[in-house]
Amino acid sequence: MSSQTPIAIPQTPEAPPETIIEPGKAATDERYYYASQWQLIRWRFSRHKAAVVSIVLLVILYILAIFAEFFSPYTPDTRFEGYQSAPPTPIHWIKPNGGGFGPYVFDTVRELDKETFKYIYQPDETKVLPIHFFVHAEPYKLLGLIRTDIHLFGVKEGRVLLFGSDRLARDVFTRTLFGARISLSIGLVGVFISFVLGVLLGGISGYFGGVVDDVIQRVIDFLLAIPGLPLWMTLSAALPRDWPTLKLYFAITVILSILGWTGLARVVRGKMLALREEDYTLAARGAGASAWRIITRHLLPGFTSHLIVSITFNIPGMILSETALSFIGVGIQPPAVSWGTLLQDAQNLTAVAQQTWLMIPALFVIGTVLLFNFVGDGLRDAADPYAR
Amino acid sequence: MVNQPQPPLLEIQNLKKYFSAQRGFIRRQLVTVKAVDDVNLQVQAGETLGIVGESGSGKTTLGRCITRLYEPTGGKVYLNDAGGRISVTELEGEDLKRFRRKAQTIFQDPYSSLNPRMNVLQTVGEPLLVNKLAKGKELEERVTETILQVGLRVEHLQRYPHSFSGGQRQRIGIARALVLQPEVIVADEPVSALDVSIQAQVLNLLIDLQQKYRLTYLFISHAMSVVRYISDRIAVMYAGKLVELGPKTELLEYPRHPYTEVLLAAVPRTAQRHRGKRNVTPGEPPDLANLPKGCVFVPRCKYAQDICRAQAPELRQVGTNLVSCHFAESLHLQGIKFETT
Amino acid sequence: MTDTANLFLEVDNLKTYFFLHEGTVKAVDGVSFNLYKGRSLGVIGESGCGKSVTAHSILRLVPSPPGREVDGKILLHLHEGSNGSSTEEIVDTLKLERNGPKMRSIRGKEIGMIFQEPMTSFSPVHTIGSQIMENLLLHTPGISKKEARDRTIEMLQRVGIARAHQQVDAYPHQFSGGMRQRAMIAMALICGPSMLIGDEPTTALDVTIQAQILDLINDLQAELNMALMYISHDLAVVGEMSDEIIVMYLGLVMEHASTDEIFDNPLHPYTLALWRSIPTIEGKLERLTPISGTLPSPFAHIPGCPFFSRCERRIPGTCDAALPPLKEVAPGHWVRCVLY
Ligand SMILES: Nc1ncnc2c1ncn2[C@@H]1O[C@H](COP(=O)(O)OP(=O)(O)OP(=O)(O)O)[C@@H](O)[C@H]1O
Ligand SMILES: Nc1ncnc2c1ncn2[C@@H]1O[C@H](COP(=O)(O)OP(=O)(O)OP(=O)(O)O)[C@@H](O)[C@H]1O
Ligand code: SF4
Ligand SMILES: [Mg+2]
Ligand SMILES: [Mg+2]
Repeated sequence: MSSQTPIAIPQTPEAPPETIIEPGKAATDERYYYASQWQLIRWRFSRHKAAVVSIVLLVILYILAIFAEFFSPYTPDTRFEGYQSAPPTPIHWIKPNGGGFGPYVFDTVRELDKETFKYIYQPDETKVLPIHFFVHAEPYKLLGLIRTDIHLFGVKEGRVLLFGSDRLARDVFTRTLFGARISLSIGLVGVFISFVLGVLLGGISGYFGGVVDDVIQRVIDFLLAIPGLPLWMTLSAALPRDWPTLKLYFAITVILSILGWTGLARVVRGKMLALREEDYTLAARGAGASAWRIITRHLLPGFTSHLIVSITFNIPGMILSETALSFIGVGIQPPAVSWGTLLQDAQNLTAVAQQTWLMIPALFVIGTVLLFNFVGDGLRDAADPYAR
Repeated sequence: MVNQPQPPLLEIQNLKKYFSAQRGFIRRQLVTVKAVDDVNLQVQAGETLGIVGESGSGKTTLGRCITRLYEPTGGKVYLNDAGGRISVTELEGEDLKRFRRKAQTIFQDPYSSLNPRMNVLQTVGEPLLVNKLAKGKELEERVTETILQVGLRVEHLQRYPHSFSGGQRQRIGIARALVLQPEVIVADEPVSALDVSIQAQVLNLLIDLQQKYRLTYLFISHAMSVVRYISDRIAVMYAGKLVELGPKTELLEYPRHPYTEVLLAAVPRTAQRHRGKRNVTPGEPPDLANLPKGCVFVPRCKYAQDICRAQAPELRQVGTNLVSCHFAESLHLQGIKFETT
Repeated sequence: MTDTANLFLEVDNLKTYFFLHEGTVKAVDGVSFNLYKGRSLGVIGESGCGKSVTAHSILRLVPSPPGREVDGKILLHLHEGSNGSSTEEIVDTLKLERNGPKMRSIRGKEIGMIFQEPMTSFSPVHTIGSQIMENLLLHTPGISKKEARDRTIEMLQRVGIARAHQQVDAYPHQFSGGMRQRAMIAMALICGPSMLIGDEPTTALDVTIQAQILDLINDLQAELNMALMYISHDLAVVGEMSDEIIVMYLGLVMEHASTDEIFDNPLHPYTLALWRSIPTIEGKLERLTPISGTLPSPFAHIPGCPFFSRCERRIPGTCDAALPPLKEVAPGHWVRCVLY
């Protein structure tokens, strides 16, 4: 440093520069500077196309389930005498003989096969049954409140069986929509219970540490050591068969959540421990902030996004478990409809081989699980916008 | 000194902080880590005391015990200011909260020290808010005033940490420490994580703020040249102990503790560049859970005698410095030769 | 400086870009230098100026995509057989397949590299010894396990690890940071490379340990007559380690000269500004002058001198019109600035 330069040094060279350009970030977007955590997460999530599409489809699915009475042409218990195990009626668009354009189905006729003594169903191409929208049919209460009899679509005579009918001649499409109610909501309710338990116990474990932490961790270890399905089966099998549907529903949900919270509690505890050591938590303490403020302002917001991710990944597990339990007959009991009970009909080989449409609810299960996983993937990538 | 001698702003007496840590994978063993062990120190109002020492020597722990971010295991800290003398280590509740206003910390890592979910207004305003000193419009005004002080601008108020560079983030951290108008600031490696060209900005800012508000700094760093630049006096720590303390020029030019000599010899020079000619002391950093009897520096000290292994030296005045070495008076150690031009 | 017999590496107009969503980062934008056996080159500059990317390009370690060496030559002068009079083979590493056999053998055998993070450079599940040995077994055909182990122990001893015959079986977590960095050096040197690259190898270490490691690297370089490329943002450290220095800014070499010239007679406004912004342990105590402004965005397209926005001596209309060339203003002293 022996060279003294003849350069005149401006007196306040450290005055902030006029344009602050972010190293590593395109500086084009002013909004970015002012964006809060949730905005950043939204932006990053919206770049994840599969996740965005999935979330839209899931919303549609839930709307279908909530307004099942409206979207389905019948009620889950409507029977079409003489149309047991009928195949789906395909929808056609261009009417024969220049009848114009619009959705319609052909009437179905049933014949007895003289050799196998089985009924076979054939479309009667002479009878065009146009599909009408907002038709008046069986009355119901929308959301349990509004009395109405309008259904989204239906036929004035004959029947429209989009997904075919089951052994008892009920519309599988209608039943799938109604089944979605239990199947889709059990995931949410179950995850909610897991969430409350997980955050509470994980939080206590992580914040207070010590003996409390040890006890909770051992309980979690114990629960995690129990294989899930057998436990659920045993517990569900122990439930009285004659309980009303609602009671049974909640009992099953609670059973499913027994193990679900453990993972969440671990996440919460881990994050709590990590964030407790962050300098900004220390700074808040140094400023005199109370424990309550530190938890609510500095710790919790630090991992809510991670919680949401965990939850999203937990929901499909719940849905699958319910389906599995109901499928083997220890979950939701008929006459209540869930995707699991619907699949009970597809339990025997003939059904799988000859009445493939009875498997359609399974497609819904698979689809839903996939959609939740896509959303979870997108959320996971977006969850920590500050990852460096 | 003029008139009656002023009591030091901070008096630290026999301060100790022990951690218990677990060692070993198979046979878990509880050991005691003496992170700060029997430290005595006085800090005058308005001065900058630099604290140096290698990683793990207890600098951060010392700073945090003084600001009561950690609970000391033993010892006392007193604060003497206009409001009289308070015993910091015994404060609780509201009193502790009132003390926290007077002693603030600036953290090392400009990334982890700001909550990414709070904007500048929330971050800098939090100390005012939780101490119920201001809210609403007034809060915003005081925060604005403070961030202008540290060279940020009004339009930064609503921005979140992710939109700032390292140097700017450090300014936010400084603003947060400043907003309560503290008397003491513990700056824990405030420039270590910054690029060289930004270090100078932050150092100058700290110096200017000190002059303006008569702040007292405990400036922790492992960079000798930075400490030389900003400090009035320098304290050298080794293995949780204070081994030497003195005015910066004297300490750097005529070190009296062998560890200070080692530390100074290791500092890379820009002017008297020595390629490979350095005589580096071998040895590894000490194991705080298993310190030697006698002087903590014994295993690495080239001047060690039997007495060093038997008996721990006391910290005592030798010339301008406080030194804890049995031979502080007789050793002639090599320091830094300052450039004269 | 033009010592052809010892010439080992020629980097000529190297350009390495990263093609990202947000734009193209010209991480290295036309860097040239020569490196000789037995000599050392220091690379300094602010974070993000392309120091690591330059080193990674030489070893073809730039992640691709998004990175690509879009232009330039990296010529290695490899000698078969030992010392001098043997056949010389010149390879352009940019023409080699990134992970082909030739490149892999160059990486292990011809050029050793020490990384900044001693923690992450070793796998925690294997012993230190086995990880060093693996390198040797891979690049030395016909060597026996026993021999490899002996050589590893010897190397660990050389880098100053006490009780090497026992420590060879230690796991990384049993080593302190300084010891891990020594082991890292042993691993880089085990095959007797002609060149060693140190990318901030001491930044994570304490000064006293740093001093030990710097001495070690210096000694080994002299002993093994290696070419050394030493990267750091600590000017003083680079000063101690190198014969000559290049100062980088935004992917460009701004100044290139002998170490003494860079320290005692810096010319480029950026180098001067850097010098005035760092405190020194022995220099005059005067107020530091920070470099004004901040580093431009790496995506920014800067037509003229990249330092223009922060330069005190800029000449609007000239400096920002076109990129000044790197000019040799005195023998062996190159500067990229219109003032010279
Ligand atoms: N919360 C803790 N629990 C257990 N041990 C701790 C804790 N904090 C620090 N220590 C130990 O105390 C010793 C001193 O740590 P401290 O952080 O004060 O050192 P330092 O001088 O600040 O080091 P550095 O330069 O690396 O920041 C170290 O050995 C460290 O491992
Ligand atoms: N894998 C990558 N993907 C995208 N950009 C990269 C990648 N690696 C490096 N870059 C960019 O290339 C530029 C040069 O980076 P480089 O790592 O060489 O900097 P450096 O000089 O080594 O800095 P530091 O001192 O921080 O190590 C930077 O702008 C960086 O953001
Ligand atoms: S070319 Fe101009 S702007 Fe660039 S360093 Fe030289 S004087 Fe400064
Ligand atoms: Mg520290
Ligand atoms: Mg780098």
